[in-house]
Amino acid sequence: MNLRAAMNLRAVWAIYRVEMARAFRTVLQSIISPVISTSLYFVVFGSAIGSRITEIDGISYGAFIVPGLIMLSLLTQSISNASFAIYFPKFVGSIYELLSAPVSYLEIVIAYVGGAATKSIILGLIILATASLFVPLHIEHPVWMLAFLVLTAVTFSLFGFIIGIWAKSFEQLQLVPLLIITPLTFLGGSFYSINMLPDIWRTVTLFNPVVYLISGFRWSFYGKSDVSVGISLGMTVVFLLICIAIVAWIFRTGYRLRN
Amino acid sequence: MARTVRCGIDFRPCAPTFTGFRTTTRFRQPFSAMPSIISISGVTKTYATGFQALKEINLDIQRGEIFALLGPNGAGKTTLISIVCGIVNRSSGTVTVDGNDITKDYRAARSLIGLVPQELTIDAFESVWATVNFSRGLFGKPANPAFVEKVLRDLSLWDKKDAKAITLSGGMKRRLMIAKALSHEPRVLFLDEPTAGVDVELRQDMWEMVRRLREDGVTIILTTHYIEEAEAMADRVGVINRGEIILVDDKAELMRKLGRKRLLVELRSPLATVPEKLSRYALELSPDGQQLTYTYDNQSDRPGVASLLRDLEAAGIHFRDMDTENSSLEEIFVNLLRQEP
Repeated sequence: MNLRAAMNLRAVWAIYRVEMARAFRTVLQSIISPVISTSLYFVVFGSAIGSRITEIDGISYGAFIVPGLIMLSLLTQSISNASFAIYFPKFVGSIYELLSAPVSYLEIVIAYVGGAATKSIILGLIILATASLFVPLHIEHPVWMLAFLVLTAVTFSLFGFIIGIWAKSFEQLQLVPLLIITPLTFLGGSFYSINMLPDIWRTVTLFNPVVYLISGFRWSFYGKSDVSVGISLGMTVVFLLICIAIVAWIFRTGYRLRN
Repeated sequence: MARTVRCGIDFRPCAPTFTGFRTTTRFRQPFSAMPSIISISGVTKTYATGFQALKEINLDIQRGEIFALLGPNGAGKTTLISIVCGIVNRSSGTVTVDGNDITKDYRAARSLIGLVPQELTIDAFESVWATVNFSRGLFGKPANPAFVEKVLRDLSLWDKKDAKAITLSGGMKRRLMIAKALSHEPRVLFLDEPTAGVDVELRQDMWEMVRRLREDGVTIILTTHYIEEAEAMADRVGVINRGEIILVDDKAELMRKLGRKRLLVELRSPLATVPEKLSRYALELSPDGQQLTYTYDNQSDRPGVASLLRDLEAAGIHFRDMDTENSSLEEIFVNLLRQEP
């Protein structure tokens, strides 16, 4: 079947374009702010603390934290981009237009998640470029690096989309990223190897799903990881499938959208 | 594709009195044989809170008409149009738009509809041009700058095409909402309380615009609690109250059947009381005794004006002048709602 006939691609493009335009309209908040934050991490962790930690797994500390820092921004920005994108029309009421348009659920998800993920990926690449100004970088598996980047951005944009539909207030919108994602990212080996932890804490940390994302992503850079790459990839895909299932349920039931 | 065609069988929903309108019978336009463009059958809506917003709605909207859906706040007007437009899921029943089921054939059904909601809900940071083109794209239409320009010019928004929505006045925002709804060239336009909080001039402009759209063949469904709006524009009127359609009729027919008339008779000499022999007319005498008021309607058993005038003459009551008044749609509406238990 002709894709153009089967799908409302113009609608997908219209939503995607609006989302991208918002990022450029709020370039300070969307791009410059995370870049400054990352630079500060490099100054504090890379220079101040890094000068006392020579290397981890044979990697200089400054270079070691790069994948974790990218992942930190990727997770938080994917969630915040996608959750805001769908929550804002709900908040101002303009969601009526989306719900009354000849657009399928799949098209809505592709457009919003695609927009959010694109912004996060661009941001991740900008942070990567920024990091290269501070530390010499070597990417051992660039294709896998991109694959992890895209897969994580899409998965967490989907997760953000779910939060945006679930949230009834701006406070709820911030709740999950602030209280769950950021702590999990910090405790997930962004700034250290989990092998540096005592056994008991290492075991506890393995219940943190972010560990697998950071570990897999770091492997794509340096060929070294805290847990097996296959498990990292598998966990990311499992989380992606869970998010897809939740989104499918939301659209089937009209949860907090059509009720 | 199987298409439901409902012909306009002359079906009067009720006796022409002020009582007994409660019915779930399908209402049809009495005079038209045109197939309906929207058909609503047995639609109910119960919210998660248990509130039943719509009880069982059966309604046909005729192609090319202006249909006014009247009702007090909370009657179910917005819920009903939200269901037809796909914004709210119905609990039961079926809705078709030009023969397309709103669930199974939602793409075809929705692409025919434009909606102007009651609230001014626009992305405040988008420009007028961008937001109208966004709406067109959302409905799957290819870019057509000439058409969008025409819509903006018709709505006196062309000068503001590069302005952000947040900078527009309330009236301009309302027009922008209309521009967005018209951007994909809909055949059915829902206007939910279009002139709520709008000044008189803009209201007149909107009425004019609605008439122009109708001339172009667009079917218009207007929800309002401003009776004068329905009176000025509608071909047919439906009244919804507490989630039930209690009446649908041609506006002129409705006013003829349910509208009351008053004959005001200004007397040459004041009367102290109305003579006993005129009691069958139930005349009201003004406090100063200078004016008699006779209230009647086309359907009542009361005797006619000619009979009254003859009896006044016979009673030696002479009048200087007389005038008649028709009840407005508003009075009819209020009377209808008062009949509701």
